[in-house]
Amino acid sequence: MEHTSPLERILRGIALTAVVVFFMFPILWIVLMSLQTNETILRSPPSMVFEPTLSNYQAIISGQLTGNTATLEIKFMGNLLNSIILSVGSVALALLLGVPAAYAFARHKFRGSEDIAFTLLSFRFAPPLLVLLPLTIIFQQIGLADTYIGLIWVYQLICLPLILWIVRGYFEDISPDVEHAYRIAGHSWFATFRHIALPLARPGIAAAGLLAFIFAWNNFIFALVLASADKQPVTVGALAFITASGIQYGQIAAAIVLSIAPTLALALYAQRYLVEGLSLGAVKG
Amino acid sequence: MTAMLNLQGVNKIYNPNSRHPVHAVIDLDLAVQPGEIVALLGSSGCGKTSTLRMVAGFEQVSSGSISLAGRDIHTFAPARRNVAMAFEGYSLYPPLTVRENIAFAMKSEKMATADVTARVDEIAQLLDIEDILDRYPTSLSGGQAQRAGLGRALVRKADLYLLDEPMGQLEPQLRAHLRGRIKHFIKERGLTAILVTHDQTEANALADRIAVMEGGVLQQFDTPAQLKDAPANLFTGTFIGEPPMNIFAAQAKSENGQLVFALDQGVDLSYDPTAFPDALQQAILGLGTVTLGVRPHAVQVRDHGAKAQVYAAQWLGDQTHIAAHFAGGSVVSVHHDRVSRAKGEEIGIVIAPQDLHVFDTASGNAVSHGGTLA
Ligand SMILES: Nc1ncnc2c1ncn2[C@@H]1O[C@H](COP(=O)(O)OP(=O)(O)OP(=O)(O)O)[C@@H](O)[C@H]1O
Ligand SMILES: [Mg+2]
Repeated sequence: MEHTSPLERILRGIALTAVVVFFMFPILWIVLMSLQTNETILRSPPSMVFEPTLSNYQAIISGQLTGNTATLEIKFMGNLLNSIILSVGSVALALLLGVPAAYAFARHKFRGSEDIAFTLLSFRFAPPLLVLLPLTIIFQQIGLADTYIGLIWVYQLICLPLILWIVRGYFEDISPDVEHAYRIAGHSWFATFRHIALPLARPGIAAAGLLAFIFAWNNFIFALVLASADKQPVTVGALAFITASGIQYGQIAAAIVLSIAPTLALALYAQRYLVEGLSLGAVKG
Repeated sequence: MTAMLNLQGVNKIYNPNSRHPVHAVIDLDLAVQPGEIVALLGSSGCGKTSTLRMVAGFEQVSSGSISLAGRDIHTFAPARRNVAMAFEGYSLYPPLTVRENIAFAMKSEKMATADVTARVDEIAQLLDIEDILDRYPTSLSGGQAQRAGLGRALVRKADLYLLDEPMGQLEPQLRAHLRGRIKHFIKERGLTAILVTHDQTEANALADRIAVMEGGVLQQFDTPAQLKDAPANLFTGTFIGEPPMNIFAAQAKSENGQLVFALDQGVDLSYDPTAFPDALQQAILGLGTVTLGVRPHAVQVRDHGAKAQVYAAQWLGDQTHIAAHFAGGSVVSVHHDRVSRAKGEEIGIVIAPQDLHVFDTASGNAVSHGGTLA
């Protein structure tokens, strides 16, 4: 154990608390807001004392948005479902394509392999608007506009490079001789990939998958341009809360809580992998 | 007897189409007999690992063929070649313990669990790793991991065992100790093995024959004794033996009925022609410019003989090394008793004709060893 003076411990505690409060406060505030009516939120001066209500959540879930003047139909739960379909679908596809590709790039230095890998990465540097206009036209011509498949395809621009580059690093960190030892004992390269390389890179794959999921979930611009109302994810769907009759803060807050819940839950669940995965070390000798 | 392993005209060129192709192995012919231990010896980067990897199947041969136990294996996947290999670097599977790693190698043999345990224990005892069997690879020292990897190779039943510097990370005492046991293990079972090493002592102690490589080219493939007594060229002559062979440039001539080698700075070594057969004399005189080699153990220090001046004399606990300025270069002489020579002292150097190695300076190839044509 380290020796620390009581003063040092107290100061450290204060610093930690300050950091936690700083980062957690917006989330806490949103949660509190989601439990209040628009009137209580907007009263002045603001107060922490209020009577919690679930009406915002009710409105969101039932799809009946009651403003000051009129009732509005909103398909937030549909948006949430779209978000889930699009994010899960694109991460699954990206893993399916990206992990074997990452393995190939890590293990087989073929002519132009660096160039191909870098081209894939450069998709992430390119401003999305650059590809959106031509994509829209092409998708309309081949009938992919406004389909889940089309969107998941475009989302690969976000997910695939991320997974490819993170996972490739993991494969490169595994000593090739670990795989060679397995192959020479009578196993095919595919069995080696499945039973040696994949398990050793698992923390990296989990971390990359999670990051890709978060990026996909938070994507706005692709879905805004390429998806019509019934395919829109929450990020785009949230625009509907800005209504002619005012901004429904309470309902927005409830919607935000619902939409960050999946990523938050996933991040908490996969925390172990994330820490392990992003700090490497798991497969080093 | 047909060879167990036969390499014919094997070449390895890395990145053949790039701007910097590396010709790592050049026209290698090598035949290993069943039950033989062959050492691949050579300096770093001379193509030893490349050769092993081609035999194991991790690298493709650029040209040539490899056959093992009568099968042409150079097109096979590693899994089908039936060879076992101990790797130079780190190669244990981290999620499994050492015991599981070793046992895992026998999976394809489909043995009863009790037999597997017995085999693992036997190997562990052989390599002194019983106490680490239940540890995980990441917690091992380099030498422990290396022995575990070696155990994993030796535990298998295979036509050929490839051992790439299997003891490189061990301290000399343990190395010497294990060397004997491993040799016994391999010989007792009649296994065929190729061992890669930098260490001459190890090659001499373990191998029936040693293949000396340099720059991707096989220089000589012979028994340890032959390598020492009859090096095929200047490279093996100077590479094998510790301390290295003394080398002198010389002009051969016939003078006053004597065969004379004129060294630099007017030093002449004269020999009675009867020590050299006629054909050999013809060959040496025909060349004129030759390189003489003499092992430090064969350099005699006398009061007569060619003049030399001592610049260092060291007693190493079991032998004395005397280094002296001689013929524009230097000469090292080794004695098995304690010889005290002061710095700056004049001594006489005598080299007996039977200890003289003559090399063709132009090609580097040996002309004669002692009085016999190479
Ligand atoms: N994958 C590769 N790509 C390009 N060049 C390589 C590759 N592997 C080895 N080489 C080159 O081939 C030559 C022989 O390498 P090799 O590993 O066979 O040497 P070695 O004799 O085993 O050396 P050491 O004793 O250091 O292990 C070296 O010049 C090396 O740089
Ligand atoms: Mg090597």
